Amino acid sequence: MSRISDIFSALQTQGKTALIPFITAGDPDPQMTVTLMHAMVKAGADIIELGVPFSDPMAEGPVIQRACERALRHHVSLRGVLDMVIRFRLQDTITPVVLMGYLNPVEVMGVTTFASLASQAGVDGVITVDCPPEEAGGEYTSALQNEGLDPIFLIAPTSTPERITMISAMASGFVYYVSLKGVTGAASLDVQSVENKLAQIRSLTSMPIGVGFGIKDAATAACIARVADAVVVGSALISIIEKAGDDHGRLVEQVSDLLSGMRAAIDGETADIK
Amino acid sequence: MNEQTQQKKPGEINLSSQPDDKGHFGVYGGRFVAETLMAPLEELCLAYERYLKDPDFISELDDDLRQFVGRPSPLYHADRWSQQLGGAQIYLKREDLNHTGAHKINNTVGQALLAKRMGKQRVIAETGAGQHGVAAATVAARFNMECVVYMGAEDIQRQAINVYRMRLLGAQVVPVESGSRTLKDALNEAMRDWVTNVDNTFYIIGTVAGPHPYPAMVRDFQAIIGREARAQCLDQTGRLPDALVACVGGGSNAIGLFHPFIEDDGVAFYGVEAAGDGLETGRHAAPLCVGRPGVLHGNRTYLMEDDEGQIIETHSVSAGLDYPGVGPEHALLKDSGRAKYVAITDTEALDAFHELTRTEGIMPALESSHALAYVSKLARTMDKDQTIVINLSGRGDKDIHTVAAHEGITV
Repeated sequence: MSRISDIFSALQTQGKTALIPFITAGDPDPQMTVTLMHAMVKAGADIIELGVPFSDPMAEGPVIQRACERALRHHVSLRGVLDMVIRFRLQDTITPVVLMGYLNPVEVMGVTTFASLASQAGVDGVITVDCPPEEAGGEYTSALQNEGLDPIFLIAPTSTPERITMISAMASGFVYYVSLKGVTGAASLDVQSVENKLAQIRSLTSMPIGVGFGIKDAATAACIARVADAVVVGSALISIIEKAGDDHGRLVEQVSDLLSGMRAAIDGETADIK
Repeated sequence: MNEQTQQKKPGEINLSSQPDDKGHFGVYGGRFVAETLMAPLEELCLAYERYLKDPDFISELDDDLRQFVGRPSPLYHADRWSQQLGGAQIYLKREDLNHTGAHKINNTVGQALLAKRMGKQRVIAETGAGQHGVAAATVAARFNMECVVYMGAEDIQRQAINVYRMRLLGAQVVPVESGSRTLKDALNEAMRDWVTNVDNTFYIIGTVAGPHPYPAMVRDFQAIIGREARAQCLDQTGRLPDALVACVGGGSNAIGLFHPFIEDDGVAFYGVEAAGDGLETGRHAAPLCVGRPGVLHGNRTYLMEDDEGQIIETHSVSAGLDYPGVGPEHALLKDSGRAKYVAITDTEALDAFHELTRTEGIMPALESSHALAYVSKLARTMDKDQTIVINLSGRGDKDIHTVAAHEGITV
């Protein structure tokens, strides 16, 4: 059992939904990332998703694109991100860390080397946005699994039942449902259509389902928490980071406030129905 | 012969039957996109395979290529220039004479017909120099489709005339401010639009890159260039050419010329990349010459990247070649040794621009000028009874401001 599976079974017993914040590693600057990770755990995060900056983040909306650009101005590399996880693990050995990024930096390092270094650093799962199961079937998935890392894959509103089955068979930890057709941080999401799709996914896999893309506030998080096993929030946090600029104290405080508000809303909602 | 066998070894791959059913050209190509795009790409793939075999579709396409684009384009013997160089006989495949002034329209006509068959009322495109954007806006106007063109903010500054042309044609031109604000960022932005509007939108990619089926589909629409050139060459010279030369940015005009000759072992292929200020300066756009394989924009191919796998900014005097990747089929042709890739600097390309203009009365695009510059070296090493076919992929009218600026002249 991975740290990720452990968390999901523990939360399931308690009837709770996981809260997964996403930040881009190295944004607003590399010194802040580990501080933010600890603050987010304190504010109620169950799993941390750490974005690996990439020059051409094709699936991201403008907010996360700019976060990548800020991080890259500080020359944050994949190795640099792994170092941040090592530093995080000095104080926190419990909270799972999932890396989310694009394939090219991983391939430049070498998939096997990456898997081994990530595992040593204390990473638990990896989402590679532009590596669908068709392309992951070779070296990628087995390299991660050999190092005990969970390969996490996306499921989209456009995914057919055949694809959902194929994706679930290759994934472990959880599957990540992209709650709208669009990029990260896009407009608003239709909770009813998310609910319908999740019912379909659940009929095809027993794996926990995280839902992300377009969850901006506590109210939406609470709605999604009723039907999902985890709620992922990214662009809303990164907007705060962007607006706070150099005021790092205020930044940590505001990120924590948004998350604890979401935590309370999610727990309130799930306590009623689960 | 020994060399030949050795070169073909990495393949043992049948180059004429690429890609495989997952869009792989050897180890290159594929479909590296977020899950949301997998279903629309599959839908596109099925439509493309179906209509490519549909006689009605093919006859409508042929008709449009004849009546709207103005095909076949001539194969012109550049007699004076050949004599001046004193080597091989040079033939220009005159894609510059197509409607809208470049080879790009061959592909946009094909994809727009496909969009129409698939019931999509909105088309989007990315553009660098603006040629593909203009070609997309042109077919959208003709088919009464909404058209949005993504263009790097930097390129919008450099190519004001093409931006205005697109707007005259009714397209909305959206400036892209992210990243390096050039072609690669325009492609990212078009992908983001597509992922958001997949239900009613067709993405017309302008080159032989991107996720499967684009590299194969764009090649097939551009292969008309090589099919015509092959027949014209046999007709005009009585034999096949000894060499084909084309510039390579994403590589659509080059693949279009090369592909129908792929089994003609005696025909050498030369792809010409942009060496910009010189390969040694790092300021260039020559991934096949000095890059290495990686994954960008939905396919595995040669890329310009740094040691951490971040894509680096490119430079070329020609906006159409200013791209850090290249079509995956070129990557395979390079590894297999079937094609040779070389690079030409800005200065060499500008010299060739003037040379052809003055010698033959034909003003080439700066992209095509890279191919011409390489031919001026290659022809001299060949005999007078040998022939070279160059793809003159576009006309130079769009570039006169750039050329003038290099000479310190304000037009």
